[in-house]
Amino acid sequence: MTYSPFTYDELSCQELVELVTDYVEGAMPDELRLRFESHIARCGGCRTYVEEMRQTIRATGSLTVEAVSPEAEQALLEAFRGFHR
Amino acid sequence: MEEEGQLLAALRAGDEAAFKQLIDRYHASLVRVAQAYVPTRALAEEVAQETWLAVLEAIDRFEGRSSLKTWLFRILTNRAKTRGMRERRTLPFSSLESDDGAVDADRFRGPDEPWPGHWSAPPRGFPEERLLASETRGVIEDAIAKLPATQRTVITLRDVEGWSGEEVCNALTLSETNQRVLLHRARSSVRAALEQYLEDDAT
Repeated sequence: MTYSPFTYDELSCQELVELVTDYVEGAMPDELRLRFESHIARCGGCRTYVEEMRQTIRATGSLTVEAVSPEAEQALLEAFRGFHR
Repeated sequence: MEEEGQLLAALRAGDEAAFKQLIDRYHASLVRVAQAYVPTRALAEEVAQETWLAVLEAIDRFEGRSSLKTWLFRILTNRAKTRGMRERRTLPFSSLESDDGAVDADRFRGPDEPWPGHWSAPPRGFPEERLLASETRGVIEDAIAKLPATQRTVITLRDVEGWSGEEVCNALTLSETNQRVLLHRARSSVRAALEQYLEDDAT
């Protein structure tokens, strides 16, 4: 029996893009992970897509974390002193 | 955690520097998480402030069965939920919001074409050197700001602040699956915004 490049249980690209987070989070059952990996091994578009998602995560990680405002901090420190007076 | 034990002892002894350290580490995150439940930033700030007061009142009774961080966010979430309901806002996690695909359907071949569901307009890749430019960061910030509150909270905690999936589930009382669905939608939207920005510019 011969298989076409995309066999009956092959993921489509449209299905694959919905599974990328499960994949990069390592939250995929083995059987699905194998299908995912066999797809990206053959599909340049999806390889690029997965890489773009990784780049997105990395770039989001470079944003600065918002700090507490000085006013809020002052109010809380005063409350703390009140507790220990 | 060793460090946490010392921090707790310092707090109980009234060490202000220890309290300040805790505020610096968690206050902005508390406000962010509260914003997933209450309608305004001001209310979220209020809930966070109340949480700290509740923490100070209860610190002597805290037994350390969970981490300090988990305990802190559990107090916050309970308060924020109560407050959110009082403000007559529907519970944020009752639905998972929009159900659009991660990528526009017209980027794929239609059901009557050969290879249905495969790319018709595949992604072209992001130029690495532009990814960390400050303008690009602005695009990401705008994209995150436009997300529904729950998605915004999840992606900020996970990808900006670097929390683990488990920590986010605990703080927001989300199942692992729902946490991942929200994260997936948020990341997919940010990727799409980046693609539009980086590719528009290239042409």
